[in-house]
Amino acid sequence: MVWQSFSDFIDMGGRGAFVWGSYGLSFLLMAAELWLLRSRRKQSIRRLCQLQQLEQQKD
Amino acid sequence: MKPRHKRFLLIGIALTLLAGATALVLNAFNDNLVFFHTPSEVAAGKAPQGRTFRIGGMVVAGSVQRAADGQTVRFMITDTAQVVPVVYKGALPDLFKEAKGAVAQGKLGADGVFTASEVLAKHDENYMPPEAKDAIDQAHATAKTLK
Amino acid sequence: MNIFRFSSPQTFYPLAGRLVPVFAVLAAAFLAAGLYIGFFEAPTDAVQGEVYRIIHIHVAAAWMSMFIYLVMAFWSAIGLGLGTRLSFYMTQALAPTGALFCFIALWTGALWGRPTWGAYWVWDARLTSQLLLLFLYFGFIALTRSIEDPRRADKAGAIIALVGAVNVPIIYFSVKWWNTLHQGASVKPGGSSMASVMLWAMLLTALGCWFYSLAVTLTRARSIILERERHTDWASIEIARLGSK
Repeated sequence: MVWQSFSDFIDMGGRGAFVWGSYGLSFLLMAAELWLLRSRRKQSIRRLCQLQQLEQQKD
Repeated sequence: MKPRHKRFLLIGIALTLLAGATALVLNAFNDNLVFFHTPSEVAAGKAPQGRTFRIGGMVVAGSVQRAADGQTVRFMITDTAQVVPVVYKGALPDLFKEAKGAVAQGKLGADGVFTASEVLAKHDENYMPPEAKDAIDQAHATAKTLK
Repeated sequence: MNIFRFSSPQTFYPLAGRLVPVFAVLAAAFLAAGLYIGFFEAPTDAVQGEVYRIIHIHVAAAWMSMFIYLVMAFWSAIGLGLGTRLSFYMTQALAPTGALFCFIALWTGALWGRPTWGAYWVWDARLTSQLLLLFLYFGFIALTRSIEDPRRADKAGAIIALVGAVNVPIIYFSVKWWNTLHQGASVKPGGSSMASVMLWAMLLTALGCWFYSLAVTLTRARSIILERERHTDWASIEIARLGSK
């Protein structure tokens, strides 16, 4: 183990802002992509159902 | 030939031509794609005259001198063949060290001294723990004394 | 087994649906392992100290951004050559994730460059060509979304994907072909210049990102398939089934 304490770990040898800024935004963006993907799928299914019902009424 | 094969052939030819064209363009702009010039190029007069450019190489071990004002730094930069003296006023990056890579941006004076306005450190692609590095450094030192 | 069976959207859709959870679990497992080793097992770097730990996510993201573009170009060539609709759907499903990893590579690179080189950004060949890749991703997404006729959008996008693929070897070899501030490749065919624990952390993180991309793009491809195939019998049934839930 390289770290003496938790604050040592957060500090990253004085470069904590750079290391955590990198990992933080990366995982935030990946989480955002997952969330967007979920809402896109839901929206898409809802729209497709509406279209299907409209088309069935026309027939 | 089936039309499907013909389409693939056309895609292939188009991509080959495109790659060829790109290679030609890159070759033509080769000088502009270079981020820095080496001391050898500077010595051969290949570096731009009278305008700002970057010079890159290794900081000569033992050449770094800090002036009394605490800001001005003088050092020599080398590509092992030629040496160019550099003078710089300002903060240096952490990884700027003797016998390590550096890139300086600035102008070459008539006296052959390069006045830098920015100095960047260039590190290599080796990553290892300090113990391993010490072992390697020691091995190098031993090899040198044996020569 | 006939692999061409899976080139039909109808067979691919349920297959992708079954694979996504598997890939998602693998992604989480590999990312967790990579991060654990990267932060708790890997030693401090002799030259850079702790800040080098950015390498694990930086290299993984950079590899994915280049690899995904090559996969897009591959599917585009197949799509243009064979006229398979699924190839175009895959190309479009990959683009946003490729753009995401491209941005992550640039962002983590900037935060790594400032404390080591002394600059967030420099216009050297590696950084500039990677930025061009991001613009190619944006261009692809904007173009395919702005063309009304989906068939024409497919073709236009495929052409951008194929033409832009020329940039990928340029990114990869830029550090070899020209003087750059960016260091050369640490991992090369035949060996690496990293301590093995550091290398393992990086490779596991990269595998995690790869499985993440598979899970995300297959999910996106499933939405695209349903939207584009909604007039076929099987898709109508699937849409009705999803709607009744």
